[in-house]
Amino acid sequence: MKAKHQRLTLGLLAVAAVGGASVLALSALKDQAAFFYAPGDVKKDGLPLGKAVRLGGMVEGGSIQRLADGVSMRFVVTDGLATVPVAFRGIAPDLFREKSGVVAEGSFNPDGSFTATNLLAKHDEKYMPPEMAGKMHETKTLKQ
Amino acid sequence: MPSLHALANPARFLKIARPLTPLLFWAGVLLLGYGVWGGLTQTPADYLQGETVRILYIHVPTAWLGMSGWSGIAVSSLVFLIWRHPLAMIAARAIALPGAVFAALCLATGSIWGRPTWGTWWQWDGRLTSMLLLFFVYLGFMALVRADDDRGGDGRIPAIYGIAGSVLLPIIRYSVVWWNTLHQGQSIGITKSSIDPSILWPLWFTLGGFTLLFAGIVLMRMRTILARTKAEARMRRMANVVEVMA
Repeated sequence: MKAKHQRLTLGLLAVAAVGGASVLALSALKDQAAFFYAPGDVKKDGLPLGKAVRLGGMVEGGSIQRLADGVSMRFVVTDGLATVPVAFRGIAPDLFREKSGVVAEGSFNPDGSFTATNLLAKHDEKYMPPEMAGKMHETKTLKQ
Repeated sequence: MPSLHALANPARFLKIARPLTPLLFWAGVLLLGYGVWGGLTQTPADYLQGETVRILYIHVPTAWLGMSGWSGIAVSSLVFLIWRHPLAMIAARAIALPGAVFAALCLATGSIWGRPTWGTWWQWDGRLTSMLLLFFVYLGFMALVRADDDRGGDGRIPAIYGIAGSVLLPIIRYSVVWWNTLHQGQSIGITKSSIDPSILWPLWFTLGGFTLLFAGIVLMRMRTILARTKAEARMRRMANVVEVMA
């Protein structure tokens, strides 16, 4: 009986250690594991210049401008704290639209603007039939 | 816990598992069939994703079972280490293969959904990467169980690995909350979901169906492992008899 209790204690300790390890990994990797920079991060920590990064946020309403050449566009990415103007040349995914999430791959320019080489649409967690979306849904923020 | 102890007896376990296996299996197939029919023909398309949304009826259950499978392995490992129930380790071994298959299905369906929705098959995003790691951890567990068997081990090392591997479960669960990820946040909750009920309902059927099917497969595999152990023991006995006679 005593050995079993000892194993029980050890088992519970192991479970606690595993839980602690998860929390440590989650918080320690918070910066490294971030898939993208948000405009607010850039404002706070400075521009990550000279390397390929991803910029994520919401496409500001009314900000998409398609240029005359037909393949270039400009738009503004915001996260409510700061905004970054983005220039992109290429094919955007179908779900790329205003007031919706986007992740742009590319690099920052010294003036704080961003040149994207690829766009990914970020889908939010809301799903609904078309007739319900009449009021034109918008994603408020990338963080729930 | 008298009931748990009673189940730890392989003979009694078999008596319950034998009729339960086909019951779980066919109930699962039935629910799954109904859910798939509903999801493919009865629900509206999503206003943004269009028809692609229907992958959710497979993707969500496979993700759930990929993760629940490892929870099962971790709990079984713990029970095995503390109470030394031999059936617990047999359960963990039986879960490993279907769990890995479901984790792989989750990754595959997610990738197929990601191409039209995000515009990419794969990204090294926190959620995607941690789920891929879980799949590798499953493969590692299966290899470790086999190696432990070959060395005549008692299953303690795979059990420790089973507990340690569960470190990934909260990371997968909270990756979309704590980190910036491409993968969207939690859509489905017990009380509140951000998926409209008209789209959501078949998911409960596929979720229940896959879960019963999974349970049926695990019971089937547990019975196979028990039968094989018994056959091996009998062969060994027979070999001894032959040696004595010779």
